[in-house]
Formats: sequence, structure tokens, C-alpha cells
Amino acid sequence: MARVEDTSSLSAAEAVIARDAARRFDAVRRLDLVFRGGAGLFSILLLLVAWELFARSGKVTPFMLPAFSAVVERIYSDALTGDLWRNLGLTMYRALTGFVIAAVGGIALGALMSRNRIVRWFFDPIISVGFPMPKIAFLPIIILWLGLYDVSKISIVVFDAIFPVVTATLAGIAAVDTELIWSARNMGASERELMWQIKLPAALPQILTGLQVALPIALIVAIIAEMAMGGYGLGGAMMTASRFADSRGVFAGIVEIAIVGYALIKAMTLVRRRLLAWHEETAERT
Amino acid sequence: MQTMAQITMRYLPLVLLALVWEAAARLHVVDTSALPPLSKVAVAWFDLMRDGELINNGAASLYRGSAGLLLAVIFGGGLGLWMARWRLLDVFVNPLVELFYPLPKSALIPVTVLWLGFGDGSKILLIFLGCMIPVTIGAYNGARGSDHVLVWSARSMGAGRLRMMWDVVVPSALPELLNGVRTALALAFILLVSSELIVSQKGFGYLIGYLGSTGSYEGMYAVVLTVAFLGFAADRFYQLLMQWLLQWRE
Repeated sequence: MARVEDTSSLSAAEAVIARDAARRFDAVRRLDLVFRGGAGLFSILLLLVAWELFARSGKVTPFMLPAFSAVVERIYSDALTGDLWRNLGLTMYRALTGFVIAAVGGIALGALMSRNRIVRWFFDPIISVGFPMPKIAFLPIIILWLGLYDVSKISIVVFDAIFPVVTATLAGIAAVDTELIWSARNMGASERELMWQIKLPAALPQILTGLQVALPIALIVAIIAEMAMGGYGLGGAMMTASRFADSRGVFAGIVEIAIVGYALIKAMTLVRRRLLAWHEETAERT
Repeated sequence: MQTMAQITMRYLPLVLLALVWEAAARLHVVDTSALPPLSKVAVAWFDLMRDGELINNGAASLYRGSAGLLLAVIFGGGLGLWMARWRLLDVFVNPLVELFYPLPKSALIPVTVLWLGFGDGSKILLIFLGCMIPVTIGAYNGARGSDHVLVWSARSMGAGRLRMMWDVVVPSALPELLNGVRTALALAFILLVSSELIVSQKGFGYLIGYLGSTGSYEGMYAVVLTVAFLGFAADRFYQLLMQWLLQWRE
């Protein structure tokens, strides 16, 4: 709407017409959004109802597919006994600690590589060869070195999640407008100030994209590590349930993990919008 | 063109790392059972190749991975293209895609085992389900960006639905579709190896776990490095394929 208000050069009549058109356009768009949102909720509900009906129809055994209501019941009782919170807390702790270490370390390494030629020479082939590798294959080696505890789970998360952060930071800094850097230098910025006040903020959109790639990886890997090593945590609990042929437990795990994944990714989008409030990308979306 | 010297200079750090590894293990700076010398790992690799363990398990993994990925590309790509062309499908299926997109795909491992057991079927289903969504999203975004003018003119020249899909929509969706497949390729390796590590009786992941549990760490390192190299090589090869497929665009 603000765009239309700013029409001092138009005559009054034209401004009114423009405002009406914009309002109508906004109304149509809002209607479309409501329609899409409604249809979205509807199709998710439809999926859940279909699940419930199919599970109860007797075409599949409750072992193959327990009813959705039974799964919800299971989650509820796990929440009451506190199992759910313990498992959830541990998984989040492992995934998010690994993610934060990978984020800080990845940005630091990317920034160092962009500034120092020797660091860059050394890490460049390691990053470009390591990025496409399935690093989860190294899990048994990390277990061999660090044992079956949280340290090894967090380490494999860091090892997997750091690559997209480093490459995004490098690419982001390389793409910073050179005129921006020249003018900052001209105004007497030191190399340190240049990095903190110009390069990193200007590269922030790409760095955040790297973090948005790294976050789901951290979650996937944390759950795989828990499944492979057993014990508590959402992945470990699912594996135990699967060993005891407790299919309600397995499906409860999927629903819980799906909700956690959805919430984390949405939170990350909000953080992005917040941090980039100054960036034109955010303005376009409103 | 890069000269030989430039390439050597570029990959020198990897050689240095290998040398440090060998030296650290030989001079007992680290425990050799935790880090056997690289030369012994190489010997173990040749042994595993000769007695066929690596080839047999590798073939099993390759079959599972390529079958799952192929199904994901066919069904995921088809779904994405139709979603972009047909609004009703878009409105109802897109929310489901968005719902399943953030699901950490590794959560599906126990379910596919529950449904199909420990064999090939469960791995193929896992890779199919896990890799389908990135391909769908790539195809959908690509096809939605296809030029309306092209679509209209194809229609006015009498192209049928399928014909237009194949001749107009698919080529213009190709870059993003191929990028989605690249994500799926990386995901396929992760899901394959981790599901084989956790529950399997053959495959690369199984072999890694088996060699590790019997204490033959040289062999375990050899298989881990082989898998890592294959993942890297598959991605490079796919990038070349992408370049070749997108040649006509410039």
C-alpha cells in the first residue's frame, strides 16, 4: 500500500484510481492466499483422515500401519511419562549444538579463506572434494575414535553440516560489490572493520542460505547417528521400537520428527526475515 | 585450460594430508588400530577387490541406489511438472509437499524396514521416498518459470497436452529439474549408506559395519574411502552430464 501513497506527482484523481486498483489487487491476492491456505489445511486433514480410515479398514494389519489416533495416543502417553521430552531434548541438543558449531566454524573458515591465500590454497581442494562426499560413511570411524557418546554424535553433525556453510560464506564474500569495498577502504576502514562491517553483512543473504541448507542436514545426521548408536533420543527410540516390532512407537517417532523438522525450518525462515529486514529481498515479499 | 602444474598445485593439500596420515600412523603418533597407515589401507583395498567382497557388496548398493533414484526422478519429476501445469493439483498437493519437505528423511529408515524387511525393497523404497521431494520441487519451480508466451504459441499451433509438456515445458524446466536431481543424488548416497549401516545384510554400509565389528580397521577405512570417492565421482560425473544436457541454452 505504501507504494501507492507515494504519488504526489500524480493528480488527485489518478491517485484515487491507482489506490483503488491496488486495493482490489490486494484483495484478490488475499483471497487467493486464504483459498490456498484453506486448501492446504484441507488436504493435510484429508491425508490424516485417509490414514485413519485405511488403517481401520482391515486391509492392512495394525503392525504395518497403526491408526493415526493410536499414534497420537502413544505420543500423548509418552509426553505424560516424560519419555518424549527427554528424547526430544537430547536430539535437539545434539543437532543444534552441532549446527551452531558448524555455523560459527564454517563462517570463520570461509572468512579466513577469503582473506588469506595460504589458508585458501590448503582448504579449497578439501572443501570441494569433501562437499559432495557422503560423509555419513565416516560414522564408524568417528565412533572408533570418540566412542558412542554425545561427542561423536555432535562431531559427525559438525562434519556434515559445515561444508555448505563454508562454501556459502566464500561465495557470498566473493560476490560483494567491489565498489562497496573500495569506498570503505577509501574512508579508512581497516581489514578487520572491512570484514565485520562490510563483507559479512553484505554476504549475509548467501550465508543464511548456507545455514538453511545446513540445518536439515544437521537434523538428518543427528537422527542417523542416534539410530546407529542406539540409546536415548528420537532416532534411538525409533530404532528400539522397530527392534521390538512396536510399530506405534515407530510411527510416533516419524510424526514427532516431522513436527520438529517443520518447526525448525519455519523458525529459520523467520530468523532470515528478521536478520535481513534491511535487505530488499524482505521488502519484496510483503 | 589448466596446466598440469596448476592442477598439481591445486590438489597438493590432499597429497600432504595423505602423507601426514601415513607419517602419523607409521611414527605411532596416534594409535595404529584407530588410524592404520594409508599404505596398509591400500593393501586392504586390493585384498577386498580380489576376493570380490567389495564388488559384490558394491553391486548390491549400486542397484538399490540407482533403482530408488530412477523411480524418484520419474515420479517426482512427473508430479512436479503436472503440479505446475494443473492448478487444482497444485493447490491440493503442494501443501503436502511442503509438509514432507522438512521431514528429516532418515526418520523413514525404521518404517521402510517395518514394511519391507531387511532386503533390497526397503532400501529402494527409502531412497525413492527420500529423493522424490527435491526432484518434485525442482521440476515444479522450473516448469512454473516456463515462458507463458511459448506455451500459448505452442497451444495455438495445435500442440496437444503431452506434446506441449515434452517440447515446451520440460526443456524450460530442465535447469532447475536437473538441480533438484543433483540434491537427490547426494541424498541417495546418504540414505543408502546409513540404512545399510543400521539394518542390512549386504551393501557398502553393511561391509563397513561388518569389518569394523570384526576389528579389521584397514578394510573398514578402505570401504569408507571407496564410498566417499564414489559419492564425489558421481557428483562430478553428474555435473558433466548437466553441462552436456544444457548445452543448447547459450
